Amino acid sequence: MAKKSLNIVESAYRAVMEEQDDTILWLIAAMQDAGGAHTVVLRGNAVNYAIGGQGAPGLTVGEWKQTQAPKMDRDVADLIENRKIPVFIVEEDLAERGIDSDELVPGVKLLSCRALPALFAEYEIVSHW
Amino acid sequence: MPQKTLTFAFMDAPYESANLTTAFRILDAAARRGHDIKVFAYEGASALAFARQTPHPNPVHGKNLAEENHPTTKDQVAALLVEAAKNGGKVDWVNCGMCVDERGVNEFVPGTRRGSPADFQAFTESSDNTLVIPTK
Repeated sequence: MAKKSLNIVESAYRAVMEEQDDTILWLIAAMQDAGGAHTVVLRGNAVNYAIGGQGAPGLTVGEWKQTQAPKMDRDVADLIENRKIPVFIVEEDLAERGIDSDELVPGVKLLSCRALPALFAEYEIVSHW
Repeated sequence: MPQKTLTFAFMDAPYESANLTTAFRILDAAARRGHDIKVFAYEGASALAFARQTPHPNPVHGKNLAEENHPTTKDQVAALLVEAAKNGGKVDWVNCGMCVDERGVNEFVPGTRRGSPADFQAFTESSDNTLVIPTK
């Protein structure tokens, strides 16, 4: 059985336009597909990933046009629905940013930062990205 | 609007930060207005015009090569050169020579060239304004 791995994702929107996804959420999805047992906690600026309906227009340089611009809410929903990866979000970080929980994609679980130590104890690997 | 000469210095490597998306949006806007553009691609940014960049499919997205249509910065650099020329502007894109040697990325898309900090110095002297977007 795979080791249980908790991934705290804090760095957000780093090269998502160039990669057409978030490199860490992508890595976690790929590792899950390879037999991993991953969980995600979104904190800091990365809580924005869970807001439904977001997305920047693709980059255009002259006649070159990006056709597959990233949709971070779609990728978070994909983790939950298709990869069966639990996704938590730190509710204090949401509140600081004025984001209501009803703005989030379905399936994201709210978590107080006070509950994090107990969550850490459930995992063999805790990675802070 | 009168044509200006604008110098840019970038440091971030491709696929590592949001800075280069911002940079290319600004470069595109300048090229569309026909401004002369000078770029000093320093450190990691010296790989932006590396000619051997290759797009890839994305199994996590479930997309093949064509469907993923993965961006490469070399294509963006090439498109910038075409757009500037179309609007009467010029692009002098200099890849820091020592930086490309360090990284083994010394094959460039046509229309860009190898250079040195002396080029950057000359660029700033001859430009109306300079924008530096460093690595943080």
